[in-house]
Amino acid sequence: MRVSLGERIFRVCNTLFLSALMLATMYPILYVAFASFSEPAQMMAHKGILWKPLGFSLDTYEAVFSNPMILLGYRNTLFIVVVGVALNLLLTSFAAYALSRKTLRYRKQLTLFIVFTMFFGGGLIPFYLLVKGLGIADTLWALILPTAISAFNLIIMRTSFEAVPDALEESAKIDGANDFGILFRIFLPLCKPVLAVVGLYYGVSHWNSWFNAMIFLQDRSLYPLQLILREILIIGEANAMAEGASQDEIIILGETLKYATIMVATLPVFFVYPFLQKYFVKGALIGAIKG
Amino acid sequence: MARLKPGRSKVAHAGRLPHHIATDIVKNKYLYIMLTPVLAYFVIFHYFPMYGAIIAFKDFNPRLGIGGSDWAGLAHFKDFFGGMYFWRVLKNTLMISLYDLLFGFPAPLILALLLNEVKHALFKRSVQTITYLPHFISLVIICGVIKDFTSSDGVINDIIAFFGGERVTMLLEPSYFRTIFVSSNIWQHVGWGTIIYLAALSAIDPEQYEACKIDGGGRWKQMFHVTLPGLMPVFMILLILDIGRIMSVGFEKVILLYNPTTYVTADVISSYVYRIGLQDFQYSFSSAVGLFNSVINFALVVGSNWISRKLNNTGLW
Repeated sequence: MRVSLGERIFRVCNTLFLSALMLATMYPILYVAFASFSEPAQMMAHKGILWKPLGFSLDTYEAVFSNPMILLGYRNTLFIVVVGVALNLLLTSFAAYALSRKTLRYRKQLTLFIVFTMFFGGGLIPFYLLVKGLGIADTLWALILPTAISAFNLIIMRTSFEAVPDALEESAKIDGANDFGILFRIFLPLCKPVLAVVGLYYGVSHWNSWFNAMIFLQDRSLYPLQLILREILIIGEANAMAEGASQDEIIILGETLKYATIMVATLPVFFVYPFLQKYFVKGALIGAIKG
Repeated sequence: MARLKPGRSKVAHAGRLPHHIATDIVKNKYLYIMLTPVLAYFVIFHYFPMYGAIIAFKDFNPRLGIGGSDWAGLAHFKDFFGGMYFWRVLKNTLMISLYDLLFGFPAPLILALLLNEVKHALFKRSVQTITYLPHFISLVIICGVIKDFTSSDGVINDIIAFFGGERVTMLLEPSYFRTIFVSSNIWQHVGWGTIIYLAALSAIDPEQYEACKIDGGGRWKQMFHVTLPGLMPVFMILLILDIGRIMSVGFEKVILLYNPTTYVTADVISSYVYRIGLQDFQYSFSSAVGLFNSVINFALVVGSNWISRKLNNTGLW
């Protein structure tokens, strides 16, 4: 087909604009990456944008990896993600399975009971007092139990369970399986992609969360990674990290330390993301349709 | 049984579940076993705080507990509405939402339309992959990078200085706060927001485009007569939902970015609740502010859903 001049101009402009957008999206990330590998002293003297690392140094990465708080934060976050996601998936699939069964007479009312919490809540202070009152405030459970089920993810999973043909459930029942057996042996294996999507959403939200940790944890040895990052990046205690260094070294190292910290904390997401992108997108679509 | 007086049979049943609920539980006992921890979770972590919100009408005393504290009536609400910060936090909440709606809302639609015109599959996928990525970066890191870039010796100021401008620590300037807040939101979420529009675009029947072409419709005609009408339902739902969220600016990003010098433009209702509640320990007053916000939010969501039902026959429920 013939392509008109106007159309050709549009295509060129469109390609240019989208390329610029990609650059604008990536540049802050690249800047942080370049800065993290730069020589701290050169970085300190540098003004303006970066197109490559200034020199090359891994000193700051060494400082980050030898920092006990970062390692502790990583460990705590991993614990929260692993235990949290396991609990999330177990309870969410229980709820999604039960609420997708037509034999359950009150499923509409029960669903409403749960979905209502998406739109109305008691507020921050009553929630805070509750967690304090339960006596889990200064433990990692304060970061796991209050977010045990997300109604939004529950709806995503229920939607996909509803699409499983009834015949499978019926024939399993004839073979003597109960609901637990049907859920674990038929539904979950069939709905693995949705399990992955929902698990990823839960995992990302645990990985990124910091607020509950900030208000509930007193004991610094329980701090998750994001809370350590907040101290370094937002409150500005980067310098406090380089223990044992001289004052001058601290100031110079501090210049690139925050960038290396950002890289170390974000790399897992960058590594995982390209492989899982299609699952994330799938989840966004199921959620959008039935959300 | 038949000879028992009705009143006595009621007494006999008191404290037991009505018959039809009991039979359902027996019939679906495994389903109810599965639901037990789930319902316990929602009762404890969602419904109990709703009960706890009555401290907004009390003078909460931790020793006496929620039930035992003295009633205060509407005193805390009166204090809030008459207080010096009411208009400030209300205005800031609405302004940030409005900016977000005005600039952040159309952005994914425009990007989706542009992406839809890209014929080169690999290029299109690259743009998508890259623009989706920031959605998954943690808020703490995003705010840390914002703080670093906007600081007086940060890269943005380096560029401004290069062109002869003044260096300013932007996060200390009240007049910059909304711009920083909203533009970084767009940067983080514009790509992700296109997903739903792209799905709606791929659902448009190609024959409609053909028909439009046969009628002599050019690119613009196709866009206004086929593409945009095809996106209208999705667009309307998202718009109405966003309007429903206009009073609920989240506090997480605000409290990571604000500081006392920028409270005048940055402090929103939810960040105010956090500060007076958990930093100044005025539990009851803070709960009153929070409850006011929750009720308004709920009314807005219900109202916007009702409008969506009337206009589009679609809604959340």
